[in-house]
Amino acid sequence: MMGRTIIIDPGRCIGCQACVSACRECDSHRGKSMIHLDYLDAGHSVASMPTVCMHCEDPLAPCAQVCPAEAILVTPDGVVHDADKSRCIGCGNCVNACPMGVPKIDLKAKLQFKCNLCYDRTSYGLAPMCATVCPTGSIFYGTVEELRAERPNVAVASTFDFGGNLLTTGVAMVVPADRGDVPVPGGVGQPAGPTPGPQPFGSVPTSADNVLGEPL
Amino acid sequence: MTIPLDPTITPPGTSRFRDAGGVPADRWRAVRGEETLVATHCCFCGVQCGMYLRVHDGKVFGVEPRDHDINRMRLCPKGLNAYQQVNHPDRLTAPLLRRSRTDDLRPVSWEQALDHAADQIQRVQAAYGRDAFGMLGGASLFSEKTYLVGKFARVALRTRHVDYNGRLCMVSAAGANKLSFGIDRAANPFADILLTDCLLIAGSNVGECFPVMTQYLWGARDRGATLIVVDPRETSIARTADIHVALRPGTDSAFFSSVLHVVVTEGLADEAYVAAHATGWEEVRQAAAEYPPERAAQICGIPAAQITEVARMFATAPKAMAWHARGIEHHTQGVENCLTVINLCVATGNLGRPGAGYGTITGQGNGQGGREHGQKSDMLPGGRSISDPVHRAQVARIWGIDEADLPQAGTSMMEMVHQMGRGEIRGLLGICNNPFVSLPNYAVVKAGYDALDFHAQCDFFLSETSANAHLVLPVTTWAEDDGVMANAEARVVRHRKAQEPLPGVRTDTWVMCELARRLGVGDKFAFTGSEQVFEELRVASRGTVNDYYGITYARLDETGGISWPCPTVDHPGTPRLFEDGQTWHADKKIHMQAVRWHPPADPYDDEYPMTLTTGRTVAHFLSGNQTRRLGGLVEQTPRPWVEVHPSHGYASGDPVTVVTRRGAATFPALVTDAIRPDTVFVPYHWPYPVAANELTIDALDPRSKIPEYKVCACRIQPAAHVTAVPAPPVPPGHESYAATQVSRGDQHPPTSSQGRGTSEP
Repeated sequence: MMGRTIIIDPGRCIGCQACVSACRECDSHRGKSMIHLDYLDAGHSVASMPTVCMHCEDPLAPCAQVCPAEAILVTPDGVVHDADKSRCIGCGNCVNACPMGVPKIDLKAKLQFKCNLCYDRTSYGLAPMCATVCPTGSIFYGTVEELRAERPNVAVASTFDFGGNLLTTGVAMVVPADRGDVPVPGGVGQPAGPTPGPQPFGSVPTSADNVLGEPL
Repeated sequence: MTIPLDPTITPPGTSRFRDAGGVPADRWRAVRGEETLVATHCCFCGVQCGMYLRVHDGKVFGVEPRDHDINRMRLCPKGLNAYQQVNHPDRLTAPLLRRSRTDDLRPVSWEQALDHAADQIQRVQAAYGRDAFGMLGGASLFSEKTYLVGKFARVALRTRHVDYNGRLCMVSAAGANKLSFGIDRAANPFADILLTDCLLIAGSNVGECFPVMTQYLWGARDRGATLIVVDPRETSIARTADIHVALRPGTDSAFFSSVLHVVVTEGLADEAYVAAHATGWEEVRQAAAEYPPERAAQICGIPAAQITEVARMFATAPKAMAWHARGIEHHTQGVENCLTVINLCVATGNLGRPGAGYGTITGQGNGQGGREHGQKSDMLPGGRSISDPVHRAQVARIWGIDEADLPQAGTSMMEMVHQMGRGEIRGLLGICNNPFVSLPNYAVVKAGYDALDFHAQCDFFLSETSANAHLVLPVTTWAEDDGVMANAEARVVRHRKAQEPLPGVRTDTWVMCELARRLGVGDKFAFTGSEQVFEELRVASRGTVNDYYGITYARLDETGGISWPCPTVDHPGTPRLFEDGQTWHADKKIHMQAVRWHPPADPYDDEYPMTLTTGRTVAHFLSGNQTRRLGGLVEQTPRPWVEVHPSHGYASGDPVTVVTRRGAATFPALVTDAIRPDTVFVPYHWPYPVAANELTIDALDPRSKIPEYKVCACRIQPAAHVTAVPAPPVPPGHESYAATQVSRGDQHPPTSSQGRGTSEP
């Protein structure tokens, strides 16, 4: 988990989609929102949850690892960037590799788009647009200590279990405080018991050649 | 939703963008170069979040969060998309005129338009009397303009018939506040919510209607407060509340009376506080005793134990607070419902302390300010009564007119429509309202407006109501003029002009002043801008309950907002009322009012056994004339739906017709457990033939004259197909801005009441 990062608390989410509208305002992809907002329990309740890029740390950025064009770069601060427009070939490998369903493909432009933690803002010390406007603090930006100062005793998790494959992410989730320090079950509506899961991803060190700033 | 974990299957939502229907109002683009941020507030709800408008080359093109202490940079989807209205291709840019409704509206010059309007006003008034010409204002106008609406009606038109759309919104709360406290505003600021130990929200879907206020609710809970939500629907704030009272619509006063009864019988009342500060306690206690939990549980359709639970939670909290909105106010007993909430706060001594008190959440941006300075049929500036000889004399002196020339009290907005239908009102000037969507019983409203000899309407988009008018005058959006609004906390905030009005567009102030000049009273309306009007408003409110005298534009710029009463320019304003235990009544006491519940106006029978309730959804605002044109919001929630409990056997998406004694309309069903089985819900932002208000009843609260939007008898039945949503009207010669309307043809209901999920097709 990064120092200052996004921490998502689905319990506070009211499903208003301010994050979706705010994401569209970003100058690097105006008009297109990178946020996924899902109503989790349609027909039963109004429960909802935003999904941003989780900025996978271990294994590092599966999207980047499968990119044949080496277009997805990771900065040393742990931010997994959206595909470099000058390199992306729009193949969609990243979409299929992402365990969280985050990257989007613009089929017409043959380009990938993805949350880059509002690098234009965060690299200047500002919060990402979604976390800035979120009316409820469901999308929080800061350190865990800053979060706990505002919300005493919250528990945070950044490890997910996809059918036995553990994934640690740079973005964290608030989980029930009495849950214990166990990985969060990954996947949507995952049935109990063994399922054909994704192949384990190999770990790639941060010195890999798809990390921004390193020699190719 | 079950999605197999298979990396070869692309998850939904990853192969397409729900990207606001193509391009937004002023074309999506990254703007390079000089950019100015103009500090202002949102144009929409009563929270009045601060925001920056991004301006480039003299045009508003974007929005940036602003760290104003109301909202701390937070914004809702409406606020984020609000800026797209300003340079929207649908904007009206020329006056439109037709001689009869069978003709098309044609562009004319301002000179022609205003001359024609003045002629028609004089013709109607000469033939049928001064009161035959009416005026209807709105509470999304800046306070300066609401002041001018009242003054224009009384001084230029000299008609008694003036009212405003806050009549559909805030008046029940206003009536209860005046009766109990002699002052009409929320008693505590939002920030007090963070200090409370028990927060009760009655009839307010805060998460959708006031999204940014949710941070205060969650903040209170972070600090250990309990949350009680009273709402027939399990809204996003009710979902995780400590207690969700899902009562039957139209039974609020029975519920709160019963809660009060339990407070009394369990010895939880603060008798010392009541004895020191209130009158009427004995009568209130006796009335409440008629609602023991068993009886109230029957009326409200909830477990009796829940009533006791709420009473104990609220009354035993060291500091408790209640906030309410339209859910309890839109009733023929709207004032009474609010009074029962006030009674509960007073009886438990929860008033006038940090974290303890009472508030009402205004629906429109200026829902508070818009009702204070004289556009209400019975009121004059400074919250004065038009029936009080002393008040009349004061205002006549300020306006420089003879008191005898000041008209008497008029009638309420819905009553005025009934009078139009009867030919008692023959001409109308409307500013900042869209009654064809917002008033109940559409058939009656349409017939009333159609009967008018002359109807002029000011707007910046061609609303459904404007499209039916004889004369349409294109006026400014909030970003093209200066002004103030008072938010739900009665905090006066400053809106700043971010760009010049579009060519051909004038301010509402200019329009009223020019018309006044043509009506021979130009000297009383020699205003060149909002600040000049505000200076007169300050003076006109001086010494009244609603005292704005100490508030100036310069002070607002320095402070970021001042709560009235603010009598002098060195007064800090009054964020919290009743700190000294005194009210604005002559005896300084709280006048508690005994309330007895009665059934809603529309009776249930075998033909109409269910309840229809109406309300808002997060992506749209009021009559939708603004938000139904903004691509991102249309995409989030393209169309209305009917929310139905699964016990009725429908599947989501099935066409369902809702039938009431007023009419029938067909919507796709959104089948959900989050609503009572005996109740259906339809959001009201859309026009005929998909209007909730074709179905609602035009029964009024006898005191506040608010329509009973929140409850009427209905039945539901299967239909062959859903009704298509009409495109928002556009002026002749304009193409409807198609790119923002891409999703409007969607036949499906949204995934949830907040809209469609981003992965939904």
